[in-house]
Amino acid sequence: MNNILRGRAHVYGDNIDTDRIIPGKYTKTLDVQSLAEHVLEDLDPDFRSRMQRGDFVVAGDNFGCGSSREQAPVALQTAGVSAVVARYFARIFFRNAINIGLPVLEIPDHDIAQGDELEADLSSGWVYNRTTGKTYQAKPLPEVMLRILQAGGLVNYLREHKTF
Amino acid sequence: MTTVEKMLFQKTGQRVRPGDIVIAPVDGLMATDTTAPGAIKAFEKMGGQRVWAPEKCALVIDHAAPAPNERIANLHRLMREFARQQGIRLFEIGEGICHQVMVEQGYVRPGYLFTGADSHTPTYGALNAFACGVGATDLAAVMLTGKIWLKTPATLRIRCHGQLRPDASAKDLILFLTGKVGIAGATYMAVEFEGEAFETMSLASRMCVANMTAEMGAKTGFVHPHGLKLPYPFEPIAPDADAEYAQTIEVDIGELPPQVAAPESPDNVHPIERYVGTPVHYGFIGTCGNGRLEDLQAAAQVLRGKRIPEGVRLVIAPASRSVLLDAMLDGTAHALVEAGATLITPGCGPCVGSHEGVPADGETVISAANRNFRGRMGNPRAQIFLASPATVAASILAGYITPPPSVEPGI
Ligand code: SF4
Repeated sequence: MNNILRGRAHVYGDNIDTDRIIPGKYTKTLDVQSLAEHVLEDLDPDFRSRMQRGDFVVAGDNFGCGSSREQAPVALQTAGVSAVVARYFARIFFRNAINIGLPVLEIPDHDIAQGDELEADLSSGWVYNRTTGKTYQAKPLPEVMLRILQAGGLVNYLREHKTF
Repeated sequence: MTTVEKMLFQKTGQRVRPGDIVIAPVDGLMATDTTAPGAIKAFEKMGGQRVWAPEKCALVIDHAAPAPNERIANLHRLMREFARQQGIRLFEIGEGICHQVMVEQGYVRPGYLFTGADSHTPTYGALNAFACGVGATDLAAVMLTGKIWLKTPATLRIRCHGQLRPDASAKDLILFLTGKVGIAGATYMAVEFEGEAFETMSLASRMCVANMTAEMGAKTGFVHPHGLKLPYPFEPIAPDADAEYAQTIEVDIGELPPQVAAPESPDNVHPIERYVGTPVHYGFIGTCGNGRLEDLQAAAQVLRGKRIPEGVRLVIAPASRSVLLDAMLDGTAHALVEAGATLITPGCGPCVGSHEGVPADGETVISAANRNFRGRMGNPRAQIFLASPATVAASILAGYITPPPSVEPGI
């Protein structure tokens, strides 16, 4: 997977739940494009028109709380989001994101602002804010998650290793 | 050791501490029509041919059942075909909500490590099982390997002192506690509930409590097994006296009045007084939180012989076929329908906004569900209050938020 990511930050607040990332009424599908079409639609109706491939979604506390729907990280990934940065994540979202190969960076003290240009190095966990010149260190992932993410997700990991 | 540490010790032989990563064998798994299609696809992409143990797997069609459109009908077909090929039990439309069915049908038992592709899987903590919710790809991995990797959670202990007032139910208690802990207050943690009030609680009420640990961000939750009665013998797993907790919360619950969670978060909880008089349009009783027989009975007690007024409506989705049958037998269903309630298919009903009762713009819903996030029931321009089944019934009868009769707050 690509270890250096670059893009602009789309910043949201605390406790963004999965119903806000992708409402339950859209989740019953295997068509990932249709998920991307509705991602964040109520929270930020302009997100789809403003965002460019490779951009970051940046949030406060407890991003992705609520349901277990993997459709939430899939919708973000399919829409072109390269990674999600948050102060911390809800646990199922965190697992789901890694499992589908969407990098998640937990930075407890970040002060990233709307539109900041970010650069993230996934191998070291450093995030560089090109707009402000600040750098942040993301919390390291547990070994097993790192292996899954490096494989590009749990499907690839298990296709190769057959078991944990 | 805490409950969760003991259970992981039994499963893996390792003495674990919070934060330790273990790879543990799983005793059962479940996926629904929201998560199974993705899990099946991921399983196939992993190169999966046969699931690791078909008899330990279950698929449940409950979230959008019967299918409201052709897209979902085809997802249901995919589940049926996969279940047939793999020899997995599929619970059809109308059999009930995944969590209710897993408990009723014995797919989960005390001491099990169970993974469900649904966030309310911690409900089985009522049954003294370690159950956590996972996403579709994680579930596919369990189908393939029979194992899951887990980070050992730290434990938040909640000790409740006193017994609940007669007008306060398990739902009022867990709403109150969710408000206290907060939507993220138990993130990554296990929650243990203890106290005399739990010892006399029915399994249904215990499930209602464990259910909403999901709303605290927890990985799993346990109601102490003291007093738990099950139709088969079991070895309860309780924490050691010297177990180490990340935090202990002590609360007196003896004076707890009925509670509501106001829009738009299940931790926005207040005593009902604050909202008495708020007009409501639509009541909903059901879900894996409060769709069981005692919940329907509580509503029937309020509604029996009365008539739901014009301008409001009440939708009731029993948690399972077995709940519906019991409610038919004891007259509960009759009383509810006679009062003007609409009984719908046992299953999730309108809980997640997929079908069977989406609120209109500007409407206020009073619901016995567990989540009231914006847009949860399919319309971001409606607002949802959460309350006990008795409060929902009383409020629908009045047309505005009000506590169950004969027990006005403060009296
Ligand atoms: S009843 Fe609601 S909360 Fe429970 S499993 Fe179904 S959709 Fe989820």
